[in-house]
Amino acid sequence: MLKTFSLGGVHPAENKRSANSPVEVLPVPPVVSIPLAQHIGAPAQALVKKGDEVKVGQVIAQSAGFVSANIHSPVSGKVAKVDQVVDASGYRKAAIIINTEGDEWVEDIDRSAILVKEITASPEAIVKKIGEAGIVGLGGATFPAHVKLSPPPGKTCDVLIINGVECEPYLTSDHRLMLEKGEELLVGIRLLMTALHVKEAIIGIENNKPDAIAHMEKLASEYEGIRVQPLKVQYPQGGEKQLIDACMGRQVPSGKLPIEVGAVVHNVGTAYAVYEAVQKNKPLIERIVTVTGLSLARPANFLTRIGTPISALIEAAGGLPDDTGKIIGGGPMMGKALTSTEIPVTKGTSGVLLMPQPLASRKPVDPCIRCAKCVSVCPMGLSPYLLMPLAEKAIWDRAEEENVMDCIECGSCSFTCPSSRPLLDYIRLGKAKVGQIMRSRTANA
Amino acid sequence: MSVVLITIVTLAGLGAIAAVILFLASKKFQVFEDPRIDEVEEALPAANCGGCGFPGCRAFAEALVKADDISSMNCPVGGADTMTAVAGILGKEAGDAKPQVAVLRCNGSCEHRPRLNNYQGAMSCAVAAALYGGETGCSYGCLGCGDCVAACKFDAMYMDEETGLPVIIEENCVACGACVEACPKDIIELRNIGPKSRRIFVSCVNKDKGAVAKKSCEVACIGCGKCEKECKFDAITIKDNLAYIDYDKCKLCRKCAPVCPTNSIHELNFPPRKSKVEKTEPEKEPVA
Repeated sequence: MLKTFSLGGVHPAENKRSANSPVEVLPVPPVVSIPLAQHIGAPAQALVKKGDEVKVGQVIAQSAGFVSANIHSPVSGKVAKVDQVVDASGYRKAAIIINTEGDEWVEDIDRSAILVKEITASPEAIVKKIGEAGIVGLGGATFPAHVKLSPPPGKTCDVLIINGVECEPYLTSDHRLMLEKGEELLVGIRLLMTALHVKEAIIGIENNKPDAIAHMEKLASEYEGIRVQPLKVQYPQGGEKQLIDACMGRQVPSGKLPIEVGAVVHNVGTAYAVYEAVQKNKPLIERIVTVTGLSLARPANFLTRIGTPISALIEAAGGLPDDTGKIIGGGPMMGKALTSTEIPVTKGTSGVLLMPQPLASRKPVDPCIRCAKCVSVCPMGLSPYLLMPLAEKAIWDRAEEENVMDCIECGSCSFTCPSSRPLLDYIRLGKAKVGQIMRSRTANA
Repeated sequence: MSVVLITIVTLAGLGAIAAVILFLASKKFQVFEDPRIDEVEEALPAANCGGCGFPGCRAFAEALVKADDISSMNCPVGGADTMTAVAGILGKEAGDAKPQVAVLRCNGSCEHRPRLNNYQGAMSCAVAAALYGGETGCSYGCLGCGDCVAACKFDAMYMDEETGLPVIIEENCVACGACVEACPKDIIELRNIGPKSRRIFVSCVNKDKGAVAKKSCEVACIGCGKCEKECKFDAITIKDNLAYIDYDKCKLCRKCAPVCPTNSIHELNFPPRKSKVEKTEPEKEPVA
C-alpha cells in the first residue's frame, strides 16, 4: 500500500506526453525581458540602465529586503531599456530588456560538466551563496530559498523533504531533471542538509515515474540519510503540506508553515540550482521548461534562459497548433492563462501548455447542487461551496473564520464541481480581501 | 351558565394582571431616547442606502442629533431640502454640499479598445481584477462584468451590450456611492451635477505612458497636457500621464475639450457647438 496524503485530492488525466523527451538546450534568444518581480516578496531593484553591457551571470537587480531575491543576466549583451512589459499576471510590470550579443559568461562560473561532489562550504556560507545566486523555489511558488533555509528563532528542522512529485498533469521538467542530473541533484540535497543541520532527507516521487524512482534509489544508496519515498499518484501531492503528510504523517497546523512540524520542503529543481550555485558558482539564469499539449507536434523539455519569450519555445516545439484555445503558463490545474506569446519565461515558469478547443473553454455555470464533492476533494479540509458565496457577498469575517487563508489554490474544487462553478476564482478574491484585512489589522494593532 | 361567567371573569382577570405587569415593565425598562432622533428620522428619505456614510437612516439621525456641527454631513438622496429640514429641527447650520451624480470615467468601448483575449472566469469585476489585467491592452479600464450595475439599488445603471460599458441614468442616480465602492478599478466617481446638469470630465483613468495608452485604446488620455495649458481656471492637473478636471474649480467654459487630441474629454448635456469642429459633441444622453 503506497503512501499518500490523508485528506482529499483528485486524479486528473496525467498526459505526461513529454516524459520521454530528453532535455534540449533552447538557443539563446535575440532579446530577453527580465521582470523584476519573479519571486514572492519585494520586487528586485535594477542595478543596470540603458546602454550598460552585461555578461551571463552578472547580477542586474538586487534583492530589496529580507524576503526578496537577486536577479542575474541570462545573456550577454547590451541593456536596451528598463521598461514595463506584460508578464504572466496580465499587468505591466517593470523589467530589464537586453539585446543579446554573443554568449560571454562571468569569469568565475564553472561551466564544465564535471561533477563536484565534495562539500567544503560551511552551513552559513551555503545559505549566503544561495541568497547571492538568486535562487527561489522552482516548483512554481518562487519563495526565496535562502529565507526558507533560515528558520526563525525557536524553530528547529529535523527533516528535509525533496519534492520530486510533479503532480501537475502534462509537466515533466522535474522528471527529466531526476533522470538526467541525478548525481548533481544528490549533491544539492546534501548541501541543503548541511545548511539546515539535518541528518535525514526524503525524496518524494510519484509512482507514475518508475524510472526516476529506480534511478534515484540507486544513486541515493551512496548517500547516508537520503532515501526515496515512492508515493501513490494523487493531486495535489506536490503541495508542501500534503507532501509532509504523505512522507512523514505530520500535519502542519492551520495558518502555520512546515517549519512548525520540523520540516523544510524544496523542489528538485531548487536542489539542482543549489548544486550549481555552491559547487559551480553559477547563479540562477536558466531552467527546464516543459512545452506540451494534446495537439502539439513535438512536446519537449527545453533548458531555457530566463527572459526568453514563450513564442520561442512554442516555435521550437513545432509551432502553435491551429486549434489552440488557451496558452497556459504552468500546468492545467494551477497554471495561469497567458494573454500574449511575448510574455517572458521567468524563474517560476515550469511549463507552457497549449490547450486545444473545446477543452480550453469553461462550461456554462449552473447552480450549486449541494453535492459536497468540493468538500470531499479539498486537501486542506475547507468548504469551497460555502467560501464562494461568502466571497460573492463580501462577508469577509465569516470567510476568515472558515479558514479561507488556508486554501493552497490547487483547483481541485473547481475541477470536480459538476455544475462547473468558478469556485477557485471567488476563493482567490476572498484570500486577497481577507489577507488585506488581516494585514491592516496587524499594522494598526 | 355560571361556568361561562367564571371562565370569562378568570380570563379577563388574567388579562388585566398581564396588562398591568407589561405596563409596569415598559415604564421600568424604558430606554430614554432623544425624541429629536425620531423627528429627524421622519425628515430623512428612508432609503437606507449608506450614502451618508452611516449604516441606515436611523443611524444617520442619531449621528445628526449627537453632532455639534452638521455642516459636513449630507444626505445625497434627500439633498439640500432634506438637510435644511433637519437643520431646522435641530437648530443647527446645514452644510451646502452640492448635489452630485455618478460619472463613468472610461470610454473604452469595444469599438475604441480592442479585445485581445476572452475572459471566461467568474463574471465579477472584483474577481477579474484580482486575477489579471483584463481583456484589453489597458489594464486600468472598465472590465465590463457589471459589479457596479449589481450594486445599484436605485435602478440607475445598466450594461450597454454594444459598448461593453455601464450606463448611468442621471434621473435615478442619488449619488449614494455604492457603484463607486463596487468598482475595483476606481473608474466611477461622484461629481457635481452642475448647473443644468452640465459637467465636463476626462473619461479615462489610464496611467500608462501616452504611447502605450493610445495603442490599447484610441480615446485614452495620453497625458499630453494640452488641456492643462488651455484651462484658465487651474482646474486641470496632469499626474501619472493622466489629466483630471477638478469639478469644484471647473467653470464649464468648454475650452479644454476641443484641444484634446484623443477626444477623451467629455461634455455632458451641453447644446451642440456652433463653430465647426471635427469631433462630434455629445448631446443630451450620457456618452457610452
